[in-house]
Amino acid sequence: MNNSITARFKLDYGEFQLSVNLSLPNSGITVLFGHSGSGKTTLLRCIAGLEQAQQGYLEINGNVWQDSDGGIFLPTYKRPLGYVFQDANLFSHLTVAENLNYGLKRIKTRFDKPKINHILDLLGIQHLLERMPDCLSGGEKQRVAIARALVLNPEILLMDEPLASLDAKRKQEILPFLSRLNNELNIPILYVTHSQQELAQLADSLVVMDAGKVLASGLLSKTLSRLDLPLSQDHDAITVWNTTIVEHETDFHLTRVLFEGGSLSLPAIEGSFGTPLRVQIYARDVSIVLEFPRATSILNVLSATIADIADGKNGQSIVCLKVGGQPLLAHITRKSVAVLNLKIGKMVFVQIKGMSILN
Amino acid sequence: MFSPADIEALLLTLKVASLATIFMLLFGTPLAWWLARTRSKWRGIINTFVALPLVLPPTVLGFYLLILLGKNGIVGEFTTWLGIGALPFTFAGLVVASVLYSIPFVVQPLQTAFSNIGEQSLEAAATLRASPIDTFFSVVLPLSKSGFLTATILGFAHTIGEFGVVLMVGGNIPDKTRVVSVQIYNHVEALEYTQAHWLAGGLLGFSFTVLLILYTDLKITPRVK
Repeated sequence: MNNSITARFKLDYGEFQLSVNLSLPNSGITVLFGHSGSGKTTLLRCIAGLEQAQQGYLEINGNVWQDSDGGIFLPTYKRPLGYVFQDANLFSHLTVAENLNYGLKRIKTRFDKPKINHILDLLGIQHLLERMPDCLSGGEKQRVAIARALVLNPEILLMDEPLASLDAKRKQEILPFLSRLNNELNIPILYVTHSQQELAQLADSLVVMDAGKVLASGLLSKTLSRLDLPLSQDHDAITVWNTTIVEHETDFHLTRVLFEGGSLSLPAIEGSFGTPLRVQIYARDVSIVLEFPRATSILNVLSATIADIADGKNGQSIVCLKVGGQPLLAHITRKSVAVLNLKIGKMVFVQIKGMSILN
Repeated sequence: MFSPADIEALLLTLKVASLATIFMLLFGTPLAWWLARTRSKWRGIINTFVALPLVLPPTVLGFYLLILLGKNGIVGEFTTWLGIGALPFTFAGLVVASVLYSIPFVVQPLQTAFSNIGEQSLEAAATLRASPIDTFFSVVLPLSKSGFLTATILGFAHTIGEFGVVLMVGGNIPDKTRVVSVQIYNHVEALEYTQAHWLAGGLLGFSFTVLLILYTDLKITPRVK
């Protein structure tokens, strides 16, 4: 992956300091993840120029947007970006169409008409164009806000917890749009969230933040399985695998998917051969056995190598396994680690009790 | 009904109020914007100065203006140097005094309207390529339309209703500084109650209508298409 976004910021607000030095991919969705107060939104605002870090260097696709040493600070309105705020932030005195046109009237490089229509279709807002923002639901507003940012054909799309103000149902209404956007438009997205669900569903890359600093950054599956990060300790710790559909076992109501290093059986899901599927596996649903279980009701038994072991909370151990090329997290008891004599490098089998499909 | 002198006074009043309102909007808008947005330590003191005419007796304001604008005042010396001469007892002086006297009625509604526009709307405009000035005209102005209406109406109506400052700074010169409120005073002094009734009743009706419009029709209802 080509890293062509460089972001270095030092910002001091007294009680809060941001200090980051990041190199980010210029494709796919990069999720900035962390608790509230971790600085993820401040970082996003620095990239947008809505906040000016005392010391900063920001380069996107070879263009310098900020260089405090060189005295360069491009004001927000001169940066070719798209920004989606937590609450849609539409102009209440303008119709949906006028909101969409607001930015379009002010730029030169825009999408052509068919592509703009495609975006409106993708977000399902064609029928809303004549409405006033006050007459839209929360989910509709947010989709208009996303379209308003996207039609400008930005070099980067910045999204600040765009789903945080919506209920679970509205979230599920927008999440698929976001995955599709990224697949079809190829605009890099920086996405701020503290929701693990959104992280699992959307992220290609992950930046974990805490107290104004970057704890880790890298590809999603690799970063999720790092035992030195709090994410792997969490009760809801997960591994996310990218798979493709290879076969439907209609008699058993199952679908087989292929991942790098093996295959899995999932509850039947629609989709033709080769359809990509994102699969999420909770660490607490993974158990470890030393010998291949001849008789087990669990369908997914895979051979694996132990890559790392760490102590967790309350007598738990966190084990990072390699299944083929893919990392996999397992939460087991510390006693099991001792009884099974688990050590780094040991060959074992993993049983996966359940998993969920994310898209 | 109205004597020629009354009509003269009416026309002069309208002229003063219109000019003063235009100047108040011109100076008041950036001032209100600054007061609504700034975090400067000067905000408190400037706010106080703007609000002073609300509580001061008009004669106090008029007295100091007379001194400031007079031949020996700082402003007076400046205007004399410019070749305009001293402003007291001139039409221009009357407009200047009116602007200072009524400015809180323009600045305060505007300040409230501007404060009600969240920082977020301005930021959204910036991310949509609008420069700050562009944002002011395309977002701030339309969103504070009712604030501007209130400011214009109140500023205009209050200027028409002034008396003390006018008398102190403008005096009582026909066709130059004799506005309706002063003319009413003249009529009453001369015991011309009928004449006074026409003008006073007219002002009462005008003020009532203006306030009625302000308190009923100005609730801007959302546009629903």
